[in-house]
Order: sequence, then structure tokens, then C-alpha cells
Amino acid sequence: MVIERAQLVEEIRAVLQEVKDPEIPSISIVELGMLDTVEVEGTKARIQAKPTFVGCPALDIIKKNIVNAVIGLEGIDEVEVKYVYDPPWTTDSISEGGKEKLKVYGIAPPPSEHTPGEPWHIDCPYCGSTYTTMENIFGPTACRSILYCRSCKNPFEAMKPVANI
Amino acid sequence: MIFETKEELKQHTKAYEAAKALLYQLADDDFMIAYRGSEWLGLAPHIEEDVAFSSISQDTMGHAVMYYQLLEELGEGKADDISHLRNPVEYRNAIILEEKNGTGTYLEKPDYDWAFAVVRNLFYDYAKTIRLQSLKDSSYKPLAHIARRVIGEEYYHLMHWELWFKQLMQSTPEARQRMEAAIERVWDEFDGVLTLGPEGEAMNEYSLISSEQNLRDRWVEKVQHILSEVDYKIERKPGMKSGNGRMGEHTEDLNQALSILSEVYRTDPVTSW
Repeated sequence: MVIERAQLVEEIRAVLQEVKDPEIPSISIVELGMLDTVEVEGTKARIQAKPTFVGCPALDIIKKNIVNAVIGLEGIDEVEVKYVYDPPWTTDSISEGGKEKLKVYGIAPPPSEHTPGEPWHIDCPYCGSTYTTMENIFGPTACRSILYCRSCKNPFEAMKPVANI
Repeated sequence: MIFETKEELKQHTKAYEAAKALLYQLADDDFMIAYRGSEWLGLAPHIEEDVAFSSISQDTMGHAVMYYQLLEELGEGKADDISHLRNPVEYRNAIILEEKNGTGTYLEKPDYDWAFAVVRNLFYDYAKTIRLQSLKDSSYKPLAHIARRVIGEEYYHLMHWELWFKQLMQSTPEARQRMEAAIERVWDEFDGVLTLGPEGEAMNEYSLISSEQNLRDRWVEKVQHILSEVDYKIERKPGMKSGNGRMGEHTEDLNQALSILSEVYRTDPVTSW
């Protein structure tokens, strides 16, 4: 039983790799560092996830997508998803692979170990140049800023660093 | 005393009541200023500001949602019902945060006051940041965890309004005059945000948040600092001219805001929106 349950947890983690951020479809919620714990009790799966920006309107959609992905697994009849705030999500929670996938979607990944109040370098996700300017620290979604690359002349977005202040 | 869970908190009636009172203040303050912010959409001075301000309002609304969810966990009813179905006298937000953006509505002849928006948001974000710094050490751990999370977002809001504030204060004579009028107006109401209301002492006694006096002193220091940077000074203490929202005193502006905010929800509270 214990082995079966451990296997089921692994299966759940695997299907969650396929649950993408609806606003950044190149990256999964696992790569974003949103997945906290997965537990199975009988036929019930309990999943705890860490929200990125707390006012993000995609959170409800993500919750629904997690349920839909997991409920299809054999041996699971019920899925409970809960957002937790401890430990807090920071942009350091994003995996290295996740950061590369952000670039694929034209979003520069946030810097590691950012100290709030200090400027951060943002390289163009298309050409890699550091010759970029910040156009608007707020962007089309809560987590993104709008920038411009003076080298390849492309506008692009960057994920705002969120640190544990 | 530390309350790791809602069950632990509920065992101490006085702390439990104080925590709920505090959560209503935090939630309603964010809810109202986020709503007034959202009314600026399409009307801000330029398109980049429209993007920024609506993003800020969205974040702030998200913060209110978390506080309403904590209230739901404490047995106050569904979060959506708490935010939409209470009577105006049950709201605990400060009056300055419910006030209209100007004359007209966002649909009809909006004559909104940008200086008022900048000053109200800047002064509020100082107060909010100071509160959050204190709440990070709150004895009620679920609240402390949320505060730690919110403060990382709040940092960008404060930076945004500081920039506007300094630029407009050092701009044309007309801008300066409008900004000064807004500062005077917001100042005379702002104690409504700084007060913790009748339950304030209990909040502090159970280490839910620092004392009102401590929070107020830190706010005055912060605001006087930025005022001095732009060569302005206010000698008197912040006031509460229109009444104390923490005691359920409100203006007609709150009724107007709630009737629009809740219009859709009230048509069918059972539907999942």
C-alpha cells in the first residue's frame, strides 16, 4: 500500500508538469515553483500550492486545471487544492529550466537573490543583450514589467523579482 | 502568546474578537482603495499609467481577498458574502479611502482629481507598508504569513506613487498648487486610516499588531520625510474630519461604491462568478 501510494504521488507530480500557467503557456506550475506538497489518503489527493502574485486572477483557473489533471488518474476520486502562504513563493522558487522556458515566451526571467531597492540587470530574452530600458515596471499581468531592447529593437517583458523582505 | 492556528486563536475570546476587528479593517481598507483605483481605468493621465494603476488595483484587490478569506476561516461567513453583502455601517474602512475620485462617474463626465489619487495612494501605501512590517511578527501566524507575502508586492506600489508625488510636487506651479490642496485634504482625514478603532488596545495586548501610537509615529515620520524632500511642511496632527470608519461611520460615497461593486453579485449570490 505504502509503495502504491508513493507511486501515485509520483504520478500526480508528473501530470502536474503538464498544468501550465494560463498566462505564460510555456511554463508549468511545477517549474514556476508553485507546487508545495502532494499527499494521497485513500482515493483522495491533497495538493498544496503557493500562489505567485496573490491578486493573480489566474489562480482560480490554475486550481481548476490541477483538479482536472489529477482527477483523471486511476485511484483518485477526489482532489483538494489549497493555496498556502508559508513558505512564501518568491521568484527564486522558479527552476533553472523554468527560467529558460520563460525566455521562449519572450519573458526575461527574474534575477536570483534580488535585494529589494537595488536595480537589477535584465537581459533581452531574444538576443541576450544587456542594452535594455525599463518602459513600465507594471505590465499586462501582475507579475510582469514591460521593457525595450535597444540592440535588437524588440519590446519584451520581464518577470518582476519578488523577494522575501 | 502565539496563535499558530485559528483553533488556538478561538480559545481566547478577546484575542479572537480583536483579530476579527483587525482583519475587517485591513480587508475593507484595501477593498475600497482598490475599487476607487479601478474606476480610473481608461482615465489615467496616459496609457502606461492606465496599465500600472490597474495592475496596482488588481494586486490590492487580491490582498483584500486574502483578508476576507481569513475572516471566512474564522467563521464570519463566505468571503464573497462578507465583501459584498454587508450593510454599509458594518464596513470598517477609513472614510478617506471610500471618497469619490472627483465629480461625475467613470461613465459620465468624469472630472477626477489626479493629485488626490496620487496623494491618497502614497499616504495609504506608507501606512500599509508600516502595518505589514508589524504584521509580519503578528501573534496570529496565518496573518503573519500573508503579510510577508503581500509586502513583496506592496514595495512596487510605494515606489510608483513616490515617483509621481515627487515629480508633480516639483513640476509646474499649477501642479504644485493642486498637489498641496490634495495633501491638506488627505492629511485632515488620514487619522481615520491610522486609528485601530475601539479594539486597538486589545490588538496590541495580544501582539496581533503594534500599538496605534507606534504605527502612527512611524507614518508621520515617513510622510514628513518625503514632504521635506519636496520642500513642504505640515505642523498640525493628522485629522479625522468626516468621522471614524473603524466605528462604522461613513459617507454617502461608501453607499455609492458598494451599490456598484455588489450590483452583479447581489443579483444572484448563489451563482459561481
